[in-house]
Order: sequence, then C-alpha cells, then structure tokens
Amino acid sequence: MVADTSTQTNKPSIGDYLKNNIREYGLLVALVVIMLFFQFVTDGVLFKPVNITNLVLQNSFIVIMALGMLLIIVAGHIDLSVGSIVAFIGAISAIMLVKWGLPAFVVIPACLIVGGIMGAAQGYWVAYQKIPSFIVTLAGMLVFRGLTYVVLGGRPIGPFPKEFQLLSTGFVPDFLYFLNPAPETIQNMVALIAVIALVGYAIYAGLRDRKINEQHGTENEPFVFFAVQMAVIAAVALFIGFQLATYRGLPNVLIAMAVLIALYTFITTRSTIGRRIYAMGGNVKATKLSGINTERLTFYTFVNMGVLAALAGMIITARLNSATPKAGVGFELDVIAACFIGGASASGGVGKIIGAVIGAFIMGVMNNGMSIMGIGIDYQQLIKGLVLLAAVFFDVYNKNKG
Amino acid sequence: MDNIILEMRGITKTFPGVKALDNVSFKVREGEIHALVGENGAGKSTLMKVLSGVYPAGTYDGEIYYDGEARRFSTISDSEDLGIIIIHQELALVPLLSIAENIFLGNEIASNGVIHWPQTFARTQELLKKVGLSESPATLITDIGVGKQQLVEIAKALSKKVRLLILDEPTASLNETDSDALLKLLMEFRTQGMTSIIISHKLNEIRQVADQITILRDGGTVETLDCHSEDIGEDRIIKGMVGRAMEDRYPPREPNIGETLLEVKNWNVFHQHHRDRQFLHDVNFTVRAGEVVGIAGLMGAGRTETAMSLFGKSWGHKITGEVTMRGKPVDVSTIPRAIDAGLAYVTEDRKQLGLVLINNIKENTTLSNLKAVASNGVIDDRKEAKVASDYRSKLRIRSHSIYQETVNLSGGNQQKVVLSKWLFTNPEVLILDEPTRGIDIGAKYEIYSIINQLAAEGKGILMISSEMPELLGTCDRIYVMNEGRIVAELSKAEASQESIMRAIMRSGEKH
Repeated sequence: MVADTSTQTNKPSIGDYLKNNIREYGLLVALVVIMLFFQFVTDGVLFKPVNITNLVLQNSFIVIMALGMLLIIVAGHIDLSVGSIVAFIGAISAIMLVKWGLPAFVVIPACLIVGGIMGAAQGYWVAYQKIPSFIVTLAGMLVFRGLTYVVLGGRPIGPFPKEFQLLSTGFVPDFLYFLNPAPETIQNMVALIAVIALVGYAIYAGLRDRKINEQHGTENEPFVFFAVQMAVIAAVALFIGFQLATYRGLPNVLIAMAVLIALYTFITTRSTIGRRIYAMGGNVKATKLSGINTERLTFYTFVNMGVLAALAGMIITARLNSATPKAGVGFELDVIAACFIGGASASGGVGKIIGAVIGAFIMGVMNNGMSIMGIGIDYQQLIKGLVLLAAVFFDVYNKNKG
Repeated sequence: MDNIILEMRGITKTFPGVKALDNVSFKVREGEIHALVGENGAGKSTLMKVLSGVYPAGTYDGEIYYDGEARRFSTISDSEDLGIIIIHQELALVPLLSIAENIFLGNEIASNGVIHWPQTFARTQELLKKVGLSESPATLITDIGVGKQQLVEIAKALSKKVRLLILDEPTASLNETDSDALLKLLMEFRTQGMTSIIISHKLNEIRQVADQITILRDGGTVETLDCHSEDIGEDRIIKGMVGRAMEDRYPPREPNIGETLLEVKNWNVFHQHHRDRQFLHDVNFTVRAGEVVGIAGLMGAGRTETAMSLFGKSWGHKITGEVTMRGKPVDVSTIPRAIDAGLAYVTEDRKQLGLVLINNIKENTTLSNLKAVASNGVIDDRKEAKVASDYRSKLRIRSHSIYQETVNLSGGNQQKVVLSKWLFTNPEVLILDEPTRGIDIGAKYEIYSIINQLAAEGKGILMISSEMPELLGTCDRIYVMNEGRIVAELSKAEASQESIMRAIMRSGEKH
C-alpha cells in the first residue's frame, strides 16, 4: 500500500539513535552532572531539604516565564521586556493590596489581565505593524521600567497581606498525615505520595505510548534508552520528593509550575495552535500562504507572555514581601538563556518546553550552587555566560556534523 | 572580424536529476554582438554561469577557450580578471549606496584601506559619460530607475577593463526608450572593438543589433545563424527555438469538461511596491470542471501575480474585480476565505513559500487544514498520521516515513507534499504555478498524471508554466499573458508554440 522504498527502512542502531537524539539526552545528562558536581563541592548542601525547597522557590518564576518565552522564540521573536513587566506588576499589585486594601482574589486576576494587556500592547506592533520584536520589546522594557518608578514614586511598598504571600511561601497541607509510617523523619505525606504517584504514572504513560507506537508502526526509541531515562528521572524525582517530604512538603509554587509545564507541553505537542506556532517560526511566508492568520498568532504569543510574566511578577513580589522599582532587573536574560540552553533555535521553529525547563534548572542549580560555594556575582555571570555559549555551540556543532 | 575570442566546446552540466546542458558548443568572434536565444529553461543562463565561473571548473564537462587558450575558471574573479564581465538579470547593486560606491565596490580606489574620494568621483564621472548617464556619482541607486541602474552596471563593467560583456535579459524590465538607449550603447561599444553576448527574448531587438544568433533548446545547441549572410526573420528564430518533436512526455487524457467553476472578471491589480503602477489590466478568465487551463507568458508577464492576487490578495494592492465560483460571487479577500471558496494555490517557489522545510511530511500535509484532524483544538495524532500516510501512498511520495523532514526530499517529492497539503483542503480549483520547475523528467510525468487524475475527478486546474511544451501537452485551453494583460485565448487545436510566441510578440509591438 505504501511506496516501495518504505519497506527498505532499516532499524536504526542504538549508536545512530544516540547520535540523532544527542541533544535531548545531553541536556538531561548535563543537568544531572551539574547537580552531582555541586552536591559534591558544597558538601551535600545542595540536596538538603531546605535548599531543594529554596531552589524550587527561587527558580519557579524563571521556569514560568521560560514557558512563554519558548513560544515567542519558536515563533521567531524575542521578548526583552519580561523583567520590566515583572517589576510593574509587582508595583501595581502592591498598590492594590497595600494602599487600596483590595483582597488577593481580586488583585491576582486583575494583575494577570494587566500583564496580558502589556503583552498585547507589544504584540500589536510586532504582529500588525511588522516592527522587529527586538526593538518593540526593548522599548517595552524601558517604558514598563519607567512606569514602575512612576507608580511606586521611587519607594518600595510592603509588606503584603498573608493570603497573598501564600502564593509563593505556602505549602500544600498534609491532609494524608494519617498514612504516615514514619512520622519522625517524614513531615509531609502528601509530597511523598504525590511524587510516587507521578513517577508511577510517567512510567505507565511511557509504556503505553510505546505500545501505541508499535501498533502504528511508528519508530520507538530503543528500550535501553527508555529504561535508563525513566530510571534516572524516577530516581531524581523520588529523591527530591523524599527530601521535600522530610521538610515542609510541596510548595504551592511547585504545583503551579508543574501544572503549567504540563499544560504548555500539551499545547506545544498536541494542539493546533502549538503546531501553527512551530510552522510559523519555521517559515512564516509558507504558513501564511497555507491560510493561517500569522499576525493573530504572533499577537497571542505576546499576550500569553505578558500573562505569564505577570504571574511570575506576583510570585516574586510575594516572596520578597515588597515591591521595589528594581525588581526583575536582568530576568529577561535568564529566561532567554534558559530557552537557548534548552535547545531553542534563534531563527525560530525549533524548541521544546521540556528543554526550556531543564535549561532553566541548569541555570538555577548553577546560581544556587555557586552562591552556596560563596562565588561572587561577578564570576557567576562569567560562568553562566560561558555555559550558554557552550550549549549553543554544542547545537551548532551537532547540526554541522549531521 | 574572424578572430575567435571565445569558444566553448562540448559543455555538459548536470544538476541532481536534471541535465541542464548537454554537449553545448558556442563560438563568439571578437568585436561582434552575439545573441543567445532559447526558451526559459533552455540553458542560456546556465551556459553563461559556466563561462563566468559561477559554476567552477570541475563541476561541468567540456572545455573553454578564451583568447586562444584553454581556461579553467574556479571563481567569478578569475573570469573577471580576463575581462569577462556578466551582468545578471537581477542587478547586483546595493540600493542604499551611491553610484560611485557601487561602481567601485570591492575594487575601491584606495591606499591602505582609505578610500580616495576625489579620484573615485572623477573616475565615476568619466565612466558615466561613456555610458551616456548624466547623474551625479553621489546619487543613491535606489533613487534612479531600472534603466539607469542597468547603465550603472555597464559602467561598473567598464571600470573592470571589460573585453567580453555578457548581458542576461538586459531590456526585460526596461521601457522602449531605455531599451533603445542601451542597444545603441552596445552598438557603439562594438565600433570600439568590444565583444558582447546578449541573452534576450525580444527578437525584434536581436534582429536590430546581433551579428550572429545562437539558439539553444533543451540544453543543447540547435544552430548558429549569421545575420549578415542571410536575412533572419523572427519566424525563423522562433522555429529554431521551439521546433522539437513532441514525444510521449505527457500522459494521455480524455477531457470530460463540465460546468464553469471559477470565473474572474475585470481583475485589476496595482503593483505591490510601486503603488501607483497598475500591474494587471482587466484580466478575465474561466476554469471549468474537469478542465486543465494553461497560462503562458514570459517572465514578468503577470501570471504569478494574477494567481497570488486572486488567492487571498497575497500580492499587490488596490485589487478590484469580480470572482465567482459556480456562478456565485465568492469572497477571496484573505487566504482562509479563498480556501473556503474552494481555491488552492501551489506556489512556484516551494522552498520559500510552499513548505516549512524543517517540519516533516506529516506536519506539512495537514498545515492548511489542521481543523480536519483535530477536535477542540487538539490534534488527533493517529488521524493525522493516517491522512499523511494516505497521501504519501496515493501520490507516491518517496521517503522513509511520514516523519521525514521535507528539507531532505528531492524536488519532485517536495512538490508532491505541497500538492498533498492542498488536496487535503479539498479545493474545487487548483492553481498550479510552475508545478514541474526544477524536477526531473520522471517526476514530471508523475505530476502530470496527478493533474490528469484531479481533472478526471472533476476539479478545475489552472496551470501556469514557462515551459510551452508542458502547457501544450497537458492543457485543454491556454491563455497567453503579456505585460499584465491576457492577449490571447487559444483552444487546444489553435495552440502551438509558434502561435503562443506570435501572440506575445504582437502584443509587445503594440505598445
């Protein structure tokens, strides 16, 4: 039924497979190696329960923004304004909560809407007036930073009401405490059970997908890779889950982050809108001629970025318990670096959510590990810069070789 | 006059799957104007690229003798050093630099990297005088017209001590006054002993200036005519250009023509960039069910622009006119609306405009109609894979799976993926723009078979092609376009390469 050449498909050897997918495995391996390295040089501080909790809290906003930034970069654009959006949202949330005394359940959605409007204000110029996103968002970065100073009058505002702080400092309550077999070590049963359930589901879903692929004659990765990958992920997840369980459990932010990662993975891999963004980044002219409204699509990726930056802005503000005009300075660079370390292409059309997330964690673990080691901010920047360059060089090198 | 300055012997140049030049021989006498003619795709430009070193020695077979010596050019500067200068159809000028800067670009009058401006301007003045252009050397290229830009290119060639000047379609985008000026200039250079090779479609101009005419056809030399020993008429040249035996290159088809599907009336379009210039004038045509309709014409006649302006206003502006499908007016003002109206447009530039090359066959196949394999915005992977596999086997796309990236497919298979994409939108009328450009003969036959199959299913096909034999071999009816107008409508019985060429030439002479 199929053209003759299809029968000639020879099964790729394990070596070929590794070569073709070196990027994805490489990234995971790099994260594990970096973690083990810092675990070693910090004498085990990195994996202490309190530090893992900190790591999650410190990086959550970078990860959340990287989700939106990945879509922007895949679409063939860039957004330099996210750090300023973070600061502005922090400022107006402070004004609404502290000065006006509005309740959190009003302020949070209001801030998300404002973030969306800020994204839309930039998306309009990029999508419909065809001004390069680099210029538009550079302008946005300055404008929003300026607005932050204006609304704050140059002075920080704080502290925030308890219920708003829960956004970043809250933990999922231990409603499963009665199942706890060892209350002296395990403080939070929910965390442990949630992680075990998640790992179980991941293995089940992975096996199911392999079976479906087999039935439809789609190529599967060699079982060895699947098994090793699953084992590594499961080991890391279970270890982290256990460590968290011995401290205060699952931070609310971790849950929000996990849900968003799942949602954006779904959007990029399964939805029509995700597919169209990838196609547009790959070839905007061909995509437009295929009947897709590329302007509207671009516009929405910027709106989406604005909303996620607003969410990140509130999490940061709640964590610092004060809105300052200098909040979020330089965040855009961390977020963009996370995407590129994660394998996104600067020319658009290529990039994965999971890559951006791992990229963000590589940056986060390095920040955290180097801080514990007492390395100054000067050398931290230097090392992060070199890692970014090395990661992208690795991509280019692989591409040229293949 | 009998001194041979250039001789190319047995030149053969192959591209993957296509033999562009097959044992071509070409001889030019010193101090003459030698015209090189042939249809689009006959191999004229390829031959000149071989000569100038764009295709370096070793990538073709055959020998080049210049000034009596065998030469092997591996870069353009090798041939330029010997005074062989080629001016391409798309001018190689930097729009935002001045005339003087362009003329001496890469060849600046400078010492230690510092440009000597007074000398540069003085030399430019001299050169501009030679080509009869009265512009300041400081004028930007973007501020002068195409005719004057052409003269700047020639001045640039003169600055490099040119002995053999090659002009690829120099008058294609010029008006009559500018063309005349250019031809006069060439004749003046001839009196000074310079040799020129001119590639042109405008046979009346060739008759006016050429000493000899070499005709290429299908990548081979047909004949060289001497304009001084006999009076060469246009019909004689046309016969040489098109006189080929039609073999079984086209699958047979029994036309079964039904009702009128697409009708376009009084279609007027202004130029995309030069916004006050009307580009298409009162274009009218119809396509019926089961019919393959061709549009013939030279490059720049407005064929692609007609198709793209019709397909969601993708080209041009101030577009006016009426479009009906099965007699009912339809809205084609955006691409999604044009698709809904039952149109599909397979572009002539499949790499830039047809495919997302970094995506795989499956993703490209469903791109225009993702809705059909999704529910509530979620793609059904299995349904999508099935659609792609079905088209892959139906159109015989050669690939190892539907997950192969389209960048790695051959031209013919890429074209089939583009066709799959549009067939999946289930159009009533397909506009195919140069559907077989750059693909080999075998794949061409397959594309023609697909076209026949679609016509048999009752779809209307509008086919734009620069290869006249292809139009004659596949179409039931052919429109001829020239300079933004439809200048003839020929039935299958009336259509021949001569009648098409004649229609183009006659309409050209009227203006």
